[in-house]
Amino acid sequence: MNDRFVDILIIGAGPAGLAAAISAKENGIDSLLVLEREKDAGGILRQCIHNGFGLHRFKEELTGPEYAQRDIDKAAELGIEIECSTTVLSVSPDHTVTCVSSSRGLQVIHAKAIVLAMGCRERPRGALCTPGTRCAGIYSAGTAQRFVNLEGLMPGKRVVILGSGDIGLIMARRMTLQGAKVLACVELMPYSSGLNRNIVQCLQDYDIPLYLSHTVTDIRGRERLEGVTVSEVDEKRNPIPGTEIEFDCDTLLLSCGLIPENELSLGAGVEISPATSGAVVNESFETSVPGIFACGNVLHVHDLVDHVSNESFKAGAAAAAYVRNGTRRGSVIAVRDGEGVRGTVPQQIRSDTDQPVDLMFRPSAVFRNSSVVVESGAQELIRKKAMIFTPGEMALVTLRPEMLKNIGSDSITVRIERN
Amino acid sequence: MEQTITCINCPVGCRMTVSLSDTGEFLSVTGNTCPRGAKYAQQECTLPERMITAVIPVAGSETPLSVKTASPVPKKLISSVIDELARVQVSLPVTIGQIVLPDVLNTGVDIIATRSLS
Amino acid sequence: MNTTFDVLVIGSGITGCATARALSRYETSVLVLDRGSDLAEGATKANSGIVHAGYDAVPGTKKALYNVRGANMYEALAGELGVPYRRCGALVLAFDDADRKTIEELKTRGETNGVTGLEILDRDSLLKLEPNLNPEVVAALWVPTSAIVSPYEMAFALADDAALNGVQFRFDEEVLSVTRDPDGCFTVRTDRETWRCRALVNCSGSSGADLHNQLSARKLTMIHRRGQYYLLDRAMKQPFDRTVFQCPSAMGKGVLVSPTVHGNLLLGPTAEDIDDPLDTATTASGLSDILKKAARTWAGLTTRTNITNFSGVRAHLTTDDFVVGPCEDCPGYFEAIGIESPGLSSAPAIGLDLAEMIAGYLTVSRKEAIVPYPVPPVPFHDMTEEQRAQAVSADPAYGNIICRCEVVTEAEIRRAIRRPVGARSVDGVKRRTRAGMGRCQGGFCLPRVAAIISEETGIPLKEVTKNGGKSYLLSDTVDVFLKGGHDHE
Repeated sequence: MNDRFVDILIIGAGPAGLAAAISAKENGIDSLLVLEREKDAGGILRQCIHNGFGLHRFKEELTGPEYAQRDIDKAAELGIEIECSTTVLSVSPDHTVTCVSSSRGLQVIHAKAIVLAMGCRERPRGALCTPGTRCAGIYSAGTAQRFVNLEGLMPGKRVVILGSGDIGLIMARRMTLQGAKVLACVELMPYSSGLNRNIVQCLQDYDIPLYLSHTVTDIRGRERLEGVTVSEVDEKRNPIPGTEIEFDCDTLLLSCGLIPENELSLGAGVEISPATSGAVVNESFETSVPGIFACGNVLHVHDLVDHVSNESFKAGAAAAAYVRNGTRRGSVIAVRDGEGVRGTVPQQIRSDTDQPVDLMFRPSAVFRNSSVVVESGAQELIRKKAMIFTPGEMALVTLRPEMLKNIGSDSITVRIERN
Repeated sequence: MEQTITCINCPVGCRMTVSLSDTGEFLSVTGNTCPRGAKYAQQECTLPERMITAVIPVAGSETPLSVKTASPVPKKLISSVIDELARVQVSLPVTIGQIVLPDVLNTGVDIIATRSLS
Repeated sequence: MNTTFDVLVIGSGITGCATARALSRYETSVLVLDRGSDLAEGATKANSGIVHAGYDAVPGTKKALYNVRGANMYEALAGELGVPYRRCGALVLAFDDADRKTIEELKTRGETNGVTGLEILDRDSLLKLEPNLNPEVVAALWVPTSAIVSPYEMAFALADDAALNGVQFRFDEEVLSVTRDPDGCFTVRTDRETWRCRALVNCSGSSGADLHNQLSARKLTMIHRRGQYYLLDRAMKQPFDRTVFQCPSAMGKGVLVSPTVHGNLLLGPTAEDIDDPLDTATTASGLSDILKKAARTWAGLTTRTNITNFSGVRAHLTTDDFVVGPCEDCPGYFEAIGIESPGLSSAPAIGLDLAEMIAGYLTVSRKEAIVPYPVPPVPFHDMTEEQRAQAVSADPAYGNIICRCEVVTEAEIRRAIRRPVGARSVDGVKRRTRAGMGRCQGGFCLPRVAAIISEETGIPLKEVTKNGGKSYLLSDTVDVFLKGGHDHE
């Protein structure tokens, strides 16, 4: 077992890892390695065969595989080395990475900088504590998506979808177009967290009913799923007796939220934010462990891959700068979530930054005709109006470096204020 | 004749009411808050269009081929396009961007591969 | 096909497997039948996984006898078979004077049963030992010999050992009737075959009383008692190092909070008497009941890291004791009925006793040589870096991580399928390797595990099941769907 040495090691060759690699290379780093556990690069985009990706970045609508292919081609053109079918087993705070593959065995790699780009995973049934039997036919929407789009196999014929996030909506249409019958999409909250476009084009186009403020309260079937019970819930999200609707279905797809996959980050000693379940980072996407960066869905769950790429280009460039110059030290301004705001990234900004900083966050509820306000103590730095803020869409305000020059406090707060 | 639709351009999701003539021609729209909404309302109520994506089997490959319409096709043709896709014969290798079915249903729109398979 | 055996064992739970293994040491032919599609499909796969010390059973009962004897065998047995086992000790909490009296009685009872090391701890030393205990606790019985084990993995290892030594196993076969023939042999009719045997063993769990009542005039009545559980992620730092019980009631040992051998945390069980022993659903009321009761043990209770909920059904006889041994009015028929808690703890001792009685009845002798149980490989998850490097260079399939949450490799999944009594379903692989048992619950690895099962067994992918029977994972291929027809109607 020979140890390897690289300048930058990137974990994950999905859109985040690819963009970070491309950017690091373009910023002058030649000793670069990307590790990917799947047998192909591209990440979850490989199975997202629907279109709607790339409008911001490429000014055209691409499907997931097409979007991924552009980055894969670019990486190949730049001569970036991607080792697929390789799983990282551990990352240590001193930048030692242990990984394994069938072809190369166990490898120990030492990197000057590491970019974490492992993505996220779906919340499983256990996280919902849904009672009932443990039969076959219950899948997370992403697992079903993989079966259909990558393996060419249909999980079932009659489908109920729990959760109206975009993956659930997209799968409603996918299952329908491939010949299954989607009976209902059930959403616990009084609103969908999916895009209006997906509600119209994935549900309404196919007359699939959307049950808001409802949830699955029982699961039946000893071997294969035979049916589910759906009940309305009250304001505290408790099922209301007497509102039960029975569905005969052989498939239940769960689309109930995504969780950044930070097991490796935790092993490396990276501080995790309870609000995002991702790393606490500064404006360079550097985590609490110097030289370890994080970007994409492992940092916080995005809605648009374009934003993932954009963020990851910055993280890759920052990792390259770290390799050249080490960690930049300056006084640190903490970024806090105020009212109506959850999970602002970055959580820290160094006051001497000379680049604009995008503050990204999720509204904690639906706010109409409101403003996002960024302030430091009594000093208002930004006030930006919008007709709507919803939890389903990540919001963004850009802080210019000069705004940070003369603030009188060591923290800034982001909040939403109704007009 | 009036039709109510939800705008899909942004999260506001304006509820718009479209007036149409007896022959289905667009007359006016209310409820929109921006010009993009008006444009969408007109399109959606007169000639709604959709991109279609799907996977189709490929002889000799366990992995299916993902395909799309090269541009949107009339919404009412969705199920006919899917029927056409069920009949397409594709063989290896396939290159991303390759036309697997030209001019589907005389729409002038090609069905193209969105990935490569070999 | 040979349809005549010296011994036919009905049931492949922990008791059936322990009995089969013990029988495999004698010069006798043995067949084990199970209606499930795999070993340990009944209560064995869904219980608390506790090797009880034996303080709870009433002195003089079979429960007391076998519990203490069985528990004393566990450490060596688990070591020999490579089954995860840890003597973590247990606490029985007292919250008031009545409870305090109960734990003192349990201490006396345990000492009568031969349990050593029992001690009453006061509040301060308790909270030092387990700082996450509810501070309202006043005292507890400390049971240092209480242990935890992976119950289904113990059954798998016992069965593999038995199979290596000649025992045959058949699954998906339900016994329809048993009769004792005039020649003293038994005819066992199943939904697939008719078998003959000289000795019949009833280890059939929830069917135990029904089977018994076909052969004996002394009828037994069984109650099916369901227990539901929460299982929390092993990635979290567990609040307790020891099994924590509350005072037992007439319905059982109450709700416990316990680490598992794999580092998860188990909360449960409920105790509900139900009609259908195969009804292993969980219910909203059962789950909320667990949380209410467990919160009394663990003040800071959170289910944020819940991985899954499950339930198992214990076989409770109205006589409230095990029935173990030869049936008095049916020579050649042996039984182990009502093996509820402490059944897991008792099974190794019950198996040994039954095998000895059967060997005596058949007048067969011990084998001169037995096939030794091969030392099972250390799970990749638990290997050191050096061990991992060696494993991958010896078998590149160790380099292919299939389950990312539990770090399970392709090599281990293939081995699970190739074991003497190997996995045939996704759940079979899961219980033998932990693939899919982690926080994503198989979201990522399920398609890959299914593909490996298909490859290893020759079962077409769309016929691969979650758990045998008609629990198909998939309906059909996309092209069949596109063309408008599909299977599994």
